[in-house]
Amino acid sequence: MKRLLSAIRIAFRALEVNKTRSGLTMLGIVIGVAAVIATVAVGSGATQRVQQQIASIGSNIIIIIPGSMTSSGLRMGTGNAVTLSETDARELVAQCPEIGTAAPTVRGGAQIVYGDANWATIILGTTPSYLVIRELTVAKGAAFTDHDVDAANKVALLGQTVVDNLFGDLDPIGLTIRIKHVPFTVVGVLARKGQSPTGQDQDDVILLPVSTAKRKVIGIRSANADAVNAITVQARNASLIHAAQDAASALLRQRHHLQPAEEDDFSIRNMEEIFAAQEASSRIMSLMLAAVASVSLLVGGIGIMNIMLVSVRERTREIGLRQAVGAKTRDILTQFLVEATTLSLAGGLVGIALGVTASAIISKLAGWQTLIGLGSVLLAVLFSAVVGIAFGYYPAHKAAYLDPIEALRYE
Amino acid sequence: MVPLIEVRNLWKIYDLGEVQVKALQDISLEIPQGAFVAIMGPSGSGKSTFVNLLGCLDRPSSGRYLLDGVPVESLDRDQLAAIRNKKIGFIFQTFNLLSRTTALENVQLPLLYTETDVRDSEQRAWDALGIVGLAGRELSLPNQLSGGQEQRVAIARALINNPEILLADEPTGQLDSRTSDEIMKIFQELNRSRGITVILITHSEEIASYADRIVRFRDGRIVSDEAVSHPALSIQQQASR
Repeated sequence: MKRLLSAIRIAFRALEVNKTRSGLTMLGIVIGVAAVIATVAVGSGATQRVQQQIASIGSNIIIIIPGSMTSSGLRMGTGNAVTLSETDARELVAQCPEIGTAAPTVRGGAQIVYGDANWATIILGTTPSYLVIRELTVAKGAAFTDHDVDAANKVALLGQTVVDNLFGDLDPIGLTIRIKHVPFTVVGVLARKGQSPTGQDQDDVILLPVSTAKRKVIGIRSANADAVNAITVQARNASLIHAAQDAASALLRQRHHLQPAEEDDFSIRNMEEIFAAQEASSRIMSLMLAAVASVSLLVGGIGIMNIMLVSVRERTREIGLRQAVGAKTRDILTQFLVEATTLSLAGGLVGIALGVTASAIISKLAGWQTLIGLGSVLLAVLFSAVVGIAFGYYPAHKAAYLDPIEALRYE
Repeated sequence: MVPLIEVRNLWKIYDLGEVQVKALQDISLEIPQGAFVAIMGPSGSGKSTFVNLLGCLDRPSSGRYLLDGVPVESLDRDQLAAIRNKKIGFIFQTFNLLSRTTALENVQLPLLYTETDVRDSEQRAWDALGIVGLAGRELSLPNQLSGGQEQRVAIARALINNPEILLADEPTGQLDSRTSDEIMKIFQELNRSRGITVILITHSEEIASYADRIVRFRDGRIVSDEAVSHPALSIQQQASR
């Protein structure tokens, strides 16, 4: 311990003598570590953001949409068939224990008019369960009820964007808007939800009872008055998502009278799968940046080795003297290893500070979310220490095995 | 009694590829504890090589070197380092002090490499600087000291571990004659009152006359080995032995 402490003291003194040189040598490590810290901060910030967005959609969600439809040999895209119904949604809840709740939705666009203001938005006809599943809360007024659905009442729940565009600062509760010339009473305003992971404004929407929406706004498909565009399902908990998917699939096949050889006439997706892809791509980005950072650390390490070799050469006489007064190979080795490690660790610490600053600037300027974990800081410290030891070893070994007589004579 | 230093048929040959340089040829010599030996000879005569061997900085090509009865030629690098640390104090022509390091810390340097922890390290350095007459300059840096003072620091450093032998390679080579005399008096005092064996290389007969034995080298061999007569000191000297 005494030896290590004095080795650290000697190292600091030696590095102090050549301040500029030590500083420049550290630069490689500083940049490398700063890059690692900033990269990880941006990467984990992105991951965190995706997770928050997934949470903003609601948890444990499965979305069922109709499958593709073949008409006169033309295969239409997914979602065109009219195969799902409100009854399907009710039966899913009733018969599958894995499923907590389900909400049928019909979707359409329309021009909304209030006074002389108007606004085009998305009309979503659904049931109150939808609010539960998507974790939507009502900021003002109240949600429509199952009774409103059964009675096909003309009530509307507005997203914040719609309110902003139609009413400005006015309180819309109780006011009447017109959707396709049909008057609707505004019963509530949804709390702000922000952007979806795919960049859509989740607040630019109007929720109507599914029954009213179909009859008055979107129009009934003559073939099937019960039809809906999609069913949003919530599994009872995260571990049941796949079981719920399987159960829903089995039940719908049975209800749609599909033979084992026939394809599904619906398609089931869960949100986690969709966003896993996004997360994976941001992870690849992180990996690439990490590779760049490790190249920088490697170059920094070589810089340290270079300077340590110069230092050993410059201090040959000092090494000879230390050997003459009894320094063993291990003592000299330790001295120079400590010096190299001090250099790289100092570089690492400066790099951490720089990386933290850089992350802060990035999130300010680019508006990206950044997250600096204790893990990445510890990793950076460990990394710079390892670089110091690995690249300091060769010069230190060289110093330790100098011939004392030649070292003393060195000019 | 076993002599402190016993050298038998010592050879040192440098193999420079095509030529072999015989730096030392068949040297045999004994130096008893408490001796004060001056080694003289023209450059290239092998005297430095010999002193390096005595100082365990190097190993002979062949022959025996018993230091305190221990055959040194068979020891490894680190064992030699331990001997240098405990038994030998080096003094160089160019002082070899660490710059930007106080006299006190320079003197403590050998203690950094001792096996056992030395608790009173600083006190010992303080005392050693007192012995060489540098009390009051403990916290000076080498560049604040004169050449003679620097060499005194170097002597204090050599003394810190209570060595049996002081090896000095032209210790006064860079000093004026008055300072040289002062330095030589320190060696003489250490030799007489503490019984430390002093072996020094010099070109100057005047410096050599401080010793009580002069060994002369030429072409890697000893050409003469004679006692110096100190009529005025001989009685005192015998009393101190």
